[in-house]
This record gives sequence, C-alpha cells and structure tokens, in this order.
Amino acid sequence: MDAKNNKTLVEVQNLKQYFPVGSGLITNKYIKAVDDISFHIEKGETLGLVGESGCGKTTAGRTILRLYEPTAGKIIYDGTDITHADMMPYRRRMQIVFQDPYSSLNPRMTVGDIVGEPIDIHKLADSRKERKDKIIQILECVGLNSEHANRFPHEFSGGQRQRIGIARALAVDPEFIVCDEPVSALDVSIQAQIVNMFEELQEKMGLTYLFIAHDLSVVKHISRRIGVMYLGKLVELAESYELTFNNVHPYTRSLISAIPIPDPAESREKNRIVLEGDVPSPLNPPSGCRFRTRCPYADKLCAEQEPEFVEISKGHFAACHHLDRVAD
Amino acid sequence: MSKALLNINNLKVSFFTPAGEVKAINDISIRMEEGDVLGIVGESGSGKSVTAYSIMGLIPYPGKIVNGTIEFNGHNIHEMAEKELQNIRGNEVSIIFQDPMTSLNPVYTVGNQIQEALFLHTNMDKQRAYQRSLELLNLVGINEPEKRLKQYPHELSGGMRQRVMIAIALACEPKLLIADEPTTALDVTIQAQIIELMMELKKKINMSIIVITHDLGIVASMCDKIAVMYAGKIVESGTIDDIFYSPQHEYTKGLLKSIPKLNKKEHEKLVPIKGVPVDMLNPPAGCPFAPRCDSCMKICLKRMPEYTNISDDHKCACWLLQKKEYEAATGGER
Repeated sequence: MDAKNNKTLVEVQNLKQYFPVGSGLITNKYIKAVDDISFHIEKGETLGLVGESGCGKTTAGRTILRLYEPTAGKIIYDGTDITHADMMPYRRRMQIVFQDPYSSLNPRMTVGDIVGEPIDIHKLADSRKERKDKIIQILECVGLNSEHANRFPHEFSGGQRQRIGIARALAVDPEFIVCDEPVSALDVSIQAQIVNMFEELQEKMGLTYLFIAHDLSVVKHISRRIGVMYLGKLVELAESYELTFNNVHPYTRSLISAIPIPDPAESREKNRIVLEGDVPSPLNPPSGCRFRTRCPYADKLCAEQEPEFVEISKGHFAACHHLDRVAD
Repeated sequence: MSKALLNINNLKVSFFTPAGEVKAINDISIRMEEGDVLGIVGESGSGKSVTAYSIMGLIPYPGKIVNGTIEFNGHNIHEMAEKELQNIRGNEVSIIFQDPMTSLNPVYTVGNQIQEALFLHTNMDKQRAYQRSLELLNLVGINEPEKRLKQYPHELSGGMRQRVMIAIALACEPKLLIADEPTTALDVTIQAQIIELMMELKKKINMSIIVITHDLGIVASMCDKIAVMYAGKIVESGTIDDIFYSPQHEYTKGLLKSIPKLNKKEHEKLVPIKGVPVDMLNPPAGCPFAPRCDSCMKICLKRMPEYTNISDDHKCACWLLQKKEYEAATGGER
C-alpha cells in the first residue's frame, strides 16, 4: 500500500470497558469486558476481530461507536478524539450492522421506514420524493427492490432481513461500519451471498469495516488484518495470511486447530490441539496472562506478570511470555 | 454385508398446520449399519431434525408419519405405541439436543437426571445407580464428579452441560446416538472437545452415531457417510470422500463452493448459491432445488428425478445424471 492510502481512520488507545455488577450504588466488582486494548484501522481496509463468546469483541465494537461510554482510553476517529465528543455528526459517518436480523428490525415499521429513519434523523432528504428515491436506491444497492419498501420485516427470510439491516446502515452514506457477527445467524448458502455483498459494497463505496465474528474462516476470508481476543484482551494481531499460517500465540494456535476443516483427507491428518477446560469468568480473571489456566506452556512467570502486547515482526503483534518456546 | 441397524424406507412426514400441509420429510430412505457414523447435512428447514425426531418417535404435533417404515434394531418404530417407545428411548437409542442450556431440567440436580434414565431402564438400586453416574461423568471427562452430581444445570458452563447431556444419553449404552447439532451453541475450542469425546466414546462402546449439522467441517472430521438434505429430500448420499471429492448434485457442489476455507492461501471469491431457501408451504413441483440451480432444465421444474447410482454407496437425485445415463445407454441419440 502506498503512503497516500495508508491513512488511519479509527484508532483505539488503551480502551477499557468495565461493567459494574451487583446491586447497590457503590459497587467495586466489575466485569472487565474489554481491558486495555489498542489497535488502529486504516481507511478502506477490513479489520477482523475474533474470539469466543464473552471475550469482549462485541463490547469493543460497540464502545468504539460510543454505544457504551468507555471506562478509560481513547477513541480517535479520523484524527479527532471522539472519546467525549458529541456523537451526532459522527453517527452519520460510522454505523453498525447487528448479528440477529430477527430482533434488530422493528416489526411495526415498513422496510421503507426502517431505511428512511436515519435519512430523516440526519435530514439528508429535502423532499418526500428525494427521500423515496434515496430509499429505493439503497435497497437496490443491497439486492432488494422498490416493491420491498412497503413490506414488513416478518415477510422476509433471514438473509433478506440482514440485507435490510445493511441497507439501514448504508442509508447515511457512512465511511465506517462495525459488522457485529453479521452472518452468524444465516444458513451457509446465504452466508456467502452476504459476505460477497460486503466485499462488493466495500469496493464500490470505499467502506472501512470492523468485522466481528467467532467464525475464523469467514473472518479470514473478508479481512486484511485480524485481531484475536481472549477474555477482554487482544492476544495477537496480524495480517490475515500471517495470522492463519504463521501465528505465534498458543491461544491462536489452538483456536485455529479447533476449527473443523471441511476436507476429509486433511481432517484425518490434522493433529488437533484440544484445549482443556472452559474460558474463566471475566468477573474473576486469572492473574498475569489470562490464558495461562488453559495454556500448555504456562509457568510461574505467566501467573505473576502480564505479558505485553509487542510487535514481533512488522505489523504482527502478540502478547505472550514464551513466544520462543511456542515456536518449536 | 452386516445387519442393518436402522432402515428407513420411503418415509414421509407432514405437518398439518392451519396454513396447509408442510411436507417436512418427503420420501427418504436411509440405511445404517452397526458402527456407522452418518452425517445429515442441510440448511434450516431441510428436514434434518425431523428425521432424527421420527427415529425417536418424537414428532411433535401437528406432525404425522404419512407413509413409510422405520425399522430400528428389530423394532418397527413407525407402528409402536407410546409406551413401547418409552422402553426404547434412552435405552437403545438416545438423542443429544442442540441447546444444552434448555434441554436439561433446571430444578433437578445433574445426579437426579442421569439416574432417572438408569432407574427407568435397568433394575439398579440407588447405590449402583450412583456408582454408574459417577462412572458416566468420568467417561465424559467431567472433573470432580461427586461434586457435580449434586449441582444444578445453571451451575455448569455450556460445554459441561453438553457433557452431562451426553452422559445421560449414554447411561444405558445405546446402540445408536443421535446428535442434533450437538455443538452449534458452543465455542470452537469447546466444540473440539465435544467432537473428540464423541469419537472416543464411539470406539469404547461401539455405538453408531447420526450427526445432524449444517457445518461441513464437523461432518468431515466425524462421519463415514453423509446424506445431504434439501427441502425434505435426500438429494445426495455417499461416503465422505464421494461427497467432498466428487459431488454430483448441484446443491452439494454449491454448498462446498460457498464455504470460506481457512486452509486456502490465496483469496478466492466465494460462489454463493443464488436465490432463497424453499418455502415449504409451497414447494416447487419438480426438483426442489430447481429454482436456485444454474443448470436447471425444463423437466427439473416438472418432475422429481429418480436416484442415479454412481457407485454402491453413492446415490444422487438429479436430472443431469439421468440425462447422462440415458445418453450413455442410447449412444447419445434422443
């Protein structure tokens, strides 16, 4: 990539998101859903975020959009610090597509109104006709047509509903879209349609994505770079090829080896690393390195000290004390 | 050829809903031998779960077996009364459901629920049943089984609950275990544990397994044979190598092309299957896949094709194959 294109759109510095648990006004127990993560997303690229349920990937995505107020850290959007800024003008530029196409659309609104609402809020249309034209144009963009505008969400299949959700995000002509597990609820044959559409829209409109999913195969397919999260921390971040084939963190390794490969011959040969145990509760995470309770390389150092997230080769970050041992 | 453990013949199951008859299973035949691991793949609504439920005699109202026979281990499931079915369920054939969060009873301890199956189907006394439930929890890899037996489902994680489900299913050493999307609700690292566990257990107690899933990866890592279902029909069936390396049906081919592969080094564009899944209330007259098929011919829209036998195990229902066969037989004359 040349220097002109190489511009950061979103930068996240030491972002923390804690949720208080328990009742009462004063509580000192917190779930550390996102605990000190830093990364950046360049204009026009797709950054994938993977991890198991409860690792904080969705929270990270929502906090970047300030749908949650961050506990600490900084969010810099296009050169401006938006950590405490008035979000109204930025909502036009950053949007989100939710996971569940069944519950994220208002069942009482027509598709036209669902897509038209952001246009009204941001006063993007001067007349009724302009509003209508805009809605139709966006619907066509996502593979629906003008007839669909008068129907209600329940008349559509899962894949079509997800298209409506994407149309709603596109209505304000944004630059940056957080895609929060947008294909997880869909059938395999439909998944591919939506993934391809995301790619086409990106080419056409120059969109930047933060693509959050638990399915590493999908994330690897669509992303230029991938970050792996475990219990609120980023453990590894690298270009997708590098992360899939030259990964260094023991968690990334076991995550990749746990994915069943749809190829019988390869799956017979494969040596699967099966992790012991479950993900610990984020309410009470292990001291030091959070992965140590399930890590085959863990020792005393891991319990005492938290590993730093360091750049081990250009653009490849990882947080582990024993990278030299894991490599063998 | 060894004795068939399960033999389903021309089974049709319909749901008589207020909106009309939904043919959830439309004329399928499955044969399984002892020790087989069969994978049933398909999209939501393709009838794969209903197939499993009919083997258990668990088709929910308003569903009914309209036609066909299900023979399992010497029993004719399709004509058995509920009482007789209860003797088989959990004893000779067991099922693991998709969602371990909701399929355990929240007000009974784990121990109660495992022992329930034992008391129903064996004459064990309390002491023996307790010992057996400890053994079972050990078998499925749960630590501190004494403590777990006294706990309630909400005290366990998702992976543990699925292990408990498996322990209950295995309590009476069934001949056949049906796993209905056993890992869909679980994380990948936990999914790997459960797959490993099921394969180990299969070796230990030599049972047959039917795995129902939409994930081709799971099928590739567990099964010997696959049946691909679409809109209530088995459109193709064969060994895993047949299906993965020489798929014949356009739907199977499309399915294999539409999944992103982690082991591919270069970026390939996915080839999605166009269109939307079948509306089961108004299915197309001919081959159900015809409206989404790229090589659709006139006849496809009118009549359902017969099966073509590609090899002993490999069968596929597609007009394209019929056409090839016809041309081969007549030397290309029409």
